[in-house]
Amino acid sequence: MKRFVGRQVVQLAIVIVGISILSFSILHVIGDPVVLFVQEGAPKEEHERFRKLLGLDQPVYVQYWRFASRAVQGDFGKSWYGDMPVLDLVMERMPPTIYLTFAGLAVALLIAFPLGTLAALRRHTIVDTFCTMVAVGGQAMPIFWLGIMLIIIFAVQLRLLPASGYGTWQHFLMPAFTLGAFLAPITMRLVRSGLIDVMSTEYIKTARAKGLGERMVVAKHAFRNACIPVITVLGLQFGQLLGGAVVTETVFAWPGVATLTVEAIRNQDFPVVQCAVVLLALIIVTVNFIVDLVVGLIDPRVRVGA
Amino acid sequence: MATLEATHAGSMPEPTGLQSVRRRLWRLKWGVAAGVVLALIVASAVLAPSIAGHDPLRVNIRHRLVPPAWMSGGDAAHLLGTDQVGRDLLSRILYGGRVSLVVGIAAVSISSTIGVLLGLAAGYFGRRTDWAIMTAVNIMLTFPFVLLALSVIAVMGPSLRNMILVIGVAGWPIYCRVVRAQTLAIREREFVLAGLALGMSHARIVFRQILPNVISPIVVIATLQIAQVIILESFLSFLGLGIQPPTPAWGNMLGEGRIYMLNSWWIATFPGLAIFLTTLVINLMGNALRDWLDPHMKL
Repeated sequence: MKRFVGRQVVQLAIVIVGISILSFSILHVIGDPVVLFVQEGAPKEEHERFRKLLGLDQPVYVQYWRFASRAVQGDFGKSWYGDMPVLDLVMERMPPTIYLTFAGLAVALLIAFPLGTLAALRRHTIVDTFCTMVAVGGQAMPIFWLGIMLIIIFAVQLRLLPASGYGTWQHFLMPAFTLGAFLAPITMRLVRSGLIDVMSTEYIKTARAKGLGERMVVAKHAFRNACIPVITVLGLQFGQLLGGAVVTETVFAWPGVATLTVEAIRNQDFPVVQCAVVLLALIIVTVNFIVDLVVGLIDPRVRVGA
Repeated sequence: MATLEATHAGSMPEPTGLQSVRRRLWRLKWGVAAGVVLALIVASAVLAPSIAGHDPLRVNIRHRLVPPAWMSGGDAAHLLGTDQVGRDLLSRILYGGRVSLVVGIAAVSISSTIGVLLGLAAGYFGRRTDWAIMTAVNIMLTFPFVLLALSVIAVMGPSLRNMILVIGVAGWPIYCRVVRAQTLAIREREFVLAGLALGMSHARIVFRQILPNVISPIVVIATLQIAQVIILESFLSFLGLGIQPPTPAWGNMLGEGRIYMLNSWWIATFPGLAIFLTTLVINLMGNALRDWLDPHMKL
């Protein structure tokens, strides 16, 4: 177990460094920050002055080192608008994003587990076909469109729910469902295929042979083992889930990190974008790390292999 | 087929022969139906200039916000109604399909090429090459695709070319992972060893012996990825970071329609329906393709 954790920690460190390089190079290698500061048509000297001022005349690796060593101390610079430390701006918007993500995850699990189990146990019946159809349809659904359709139906036509915003539990319903609908199809398929795989193993036969009731076999012996691939893949999908949260937030004007990021992109306020991207990536890496450890704890085979 | 029956026989009560044939046909039927619909969508996008009833860019302010033809106040000349400046919605949707399909196919071509090459390299050469490439895959997979695309587009500026580049370059890890896994398995097979013994070059072994054996999963993933790319492209356009108005794209039509959803639901509804239908049939076709090429493929 110790070696397993050690390997995971090394992996984690490498990925974090990689992400910081990636997000640094998006702004400094692909783009040119000077263009954003200097007015169009300004003389060359003006460009040079800003280049020096921002430290962009130095080699790229020096610039990266400066960015990274400050970022480690939580200093991502100040917003180019409003002069606020970027980290504070982003952290302030973090809770709504996290709540939304968990609400979406909960909805996805509430849809996926019953349907997936039902489909696996009633395999090749009309129930299975129905569940597959729901999954295939859900996977093709652009969730920003689903969100808009929900707003049109429940907020505009029926006037049951608030169209956008944040605060009460009613505000959570449509965004959480939208995000849940994004994650539910793949989760459902995993539950179904995981359960089908497990149901054909020897230990299920043994459990049946010793006379356990079918309900007991499914609940105690099959279900737990079917959960392992679901947890693993859900952990890996956490990045996708946050990506889905980005989409959902923009549709419902949810005051989270994603709307902040999109606003910042529109204003070309790049320190905010950079900080938000790095922090979200950090959260994803951490969740993946924890999931790997948990799976390693549950399933000894994972610890040894890979 | 015999081996397929044999591997299943021990595990599950297998249906009789006739039933399984019927089931296979039933599955294929969905794929074929989806293929027909997809062909129609592609044809209508390609032929948009000759089949669209109106110029997708022509503004007619007197006919603004006309509801679909079947509603009261609808106009038979505008089957799906008009938008906020009186442009014909159906014509715009037909033209919008061109953008989505072009971006989907172009981006997938880029990312599958990169992914396959890196996957072959990682699987075949192993060791450090493998480690470096797989670390890059891990980093890319950790990063939410949407955020990556958003921030790069924000720096590079929104345009069709930039969008194809960003989505294409960012999408390679999924191909890389699958190709690497397959390559690792095939590398150990006798015919590769035989090739080495005969003195074949690495390039020849990789491209003539290994690549043909990993083609089918690539085809399946590429098909399914086209749908994902179309959704991502529409989202970027929806945010105003993709295709710029007035050029019609399903995403930016949806974005514009959102402002008018209080009274004119059709502007946001129909472009979204077009995205949904297109990605649905592409997914169905991808699944059918997988079943047809290799029912045991785990993707």
